[in-house]
Amino acid sequence: MWYKRTIPLVIVFVIGVLAFAHNYVPYPEADDFREHMTKWFMIIGGFGLFLGAYSLLHMHVSRIRRMQPGWAYSAFVFIGAAGMIIVGLWNDGYGPLESAPSTAKTWFDWGFDYVQIPCSATIFSILAFFMASAAFRTFRARNVNAALLLVAALLVMFGRVPASESVGAWFGQQGFFPKIADLIMEFPNLAATRGILLGMSLGAISQSLRILFGIERSYMGVGD
Amino acid sequence: MTAVDNTQTSSSSRRTIELVVLVGLVTAFGIISALVRFPLEEGEKLRDVIGIIIGAGLTFIFYSFLYRDNPLFKIAENLYVGVALGYGAIITWRQSLRPEVYDPLFRAVTSEAFWHELSYRVVPIVLGILLMTRLSKKHSWLSRYSYGLMVGWGAGMGIFVVTDSYILKQLEGAIRPLQKIVTDPDVAANLSFFDQAWPVVGSLVILIGTVSVLFYFFFSVPHKRLGSGFSRVGISYLMIAFGASFGYTVMGRMSLLIGRVQFLMFEWLKIKQ
Repeated sequence: MWYKRTIPLVIVFVIGVLAFAHNYVPYPEADDFREHMTKWFMIIGGFGLFLGAYSLLHMHVSRIRRMQPGWAYSAFVFIGAAGMIIVGLWNDGYGPLESAPSTAKTWFDWGFDYVQIPCSATIFSILAFFMASAAFRTFRARNVNAALLLVAALLVMFGRVPASESVGAWFGQQGFFPKIADLIMEFPNLAATRGILLGMSLGAISQSLRILFGIERSYMGVGD
Repeated sequence: MTAVDNTQTSSSSRRTIELVVLVGLVTAFGIISALVRFPLEEGEKLRDVIGIIIGAGLTFIFYSFLYRDNPLFKIAENLYVGVALGYGAIITWRQSLRPEVYDPLFRAVTSEAFWHELSYRVVPIVLGILLMTRLSKKHSWLSRYSYGLMVGWGAGMGIFVVTDSYILKQLEGAIRPLQKIVTDPDVAANLSFFDQAWPVVGSLVILIGTVSVLFYFFFSVPHKRLGSGFSRVGISYLMIAFGASFGYTVMGRMSLLIGRVQFLMFEWLKIKQ
């Protein structure tokens, strides 16, 4: 039916063309339009968070209801979320004991500093072990290209630690290895990254055009 | 006893040992925390000290995954997901919903002010509410209006931003230094031969790398003879870049690891630097 499929396609096309074209309009009305739309998306995005939160919590409710293996752990998702939301809303994060606004750290900040930061930093730092282990098992100089990859990785890693300066000092060139690491990052790495970025950019533009002209419609979801 | 019974027995005894070790480690953590952090020093707040102990505990629990998956890790993992969700919800409330919806509408001084603010916001509020219809099979088509607006804006702005920030800026960066050094006599007069040549060589290295990498990904012509050699140059550049990116990422993770160790040493254990 036209109001189910055609109108969304028209909205996409009209808004897409306006979003693209207003950047080339040298009048303050164009800036006002962008600011207005940015506020709109802040509001719509705010409602979108409810959708995401519902989706996550619904999955954990289902796990608990069906008593799937490890269902009890899902309770901690609710404890964490409820804890942060309650302390975030209660007296603007200060809780019942202090008056807001205050210079003291809020309980909401406390949750962020002592729960979220340690968790995220530790999870990402764990990757150091897994990456090192995977590299030890897979990095083999079987051919020239593999050797280039291995040598570049080793030089960049070695050039970033203080020990490289000590080793360089033995040969009278303290900054030799850090300089080599910088050169690798500055020239071949930049060249390849630039090539990849240009390719990705062309791909992104073609994908955007496909969306604007209604060829790509996966955002519409399933159904008629 | 069969082989299966032997395996079950060894697995059960291993689990018992692991449980005992786990309980021992948790007890040791509690004792060390109590001995090191209490009584409180002057100026220290109890809630901050408790926070540091919780942060240290969570750090150890996450690192326990390096041995193997365990119940404490699963608890911490799920708690982290919940805390991140709650944090995101509050930040969204504070930065977008409260200043843009709640304060203008529900704290409007007069009814005129309310209607004035509502007239500016009624469309995004309705579109935001329509997003929720994605949860219903029957009415999910209504959410296409909201998604259409967001996707259309993203696609239109994407074309401009990608063209401006990536394609034009990257091409400009690839060509400009070479041209500037060669043609600008004022710049050239103040530089030695090596200083003049070095940026040119560097720019050429970057230019050749960029073009050869692009050519490697260009599949519309067969890579034969000269093309094959040029595309191999592109592969070499890519390999160096992947290696460099890998090394850079590993070092980034290492700095996070060092940060956690410093937290444990200087904040939890209070070792003087």
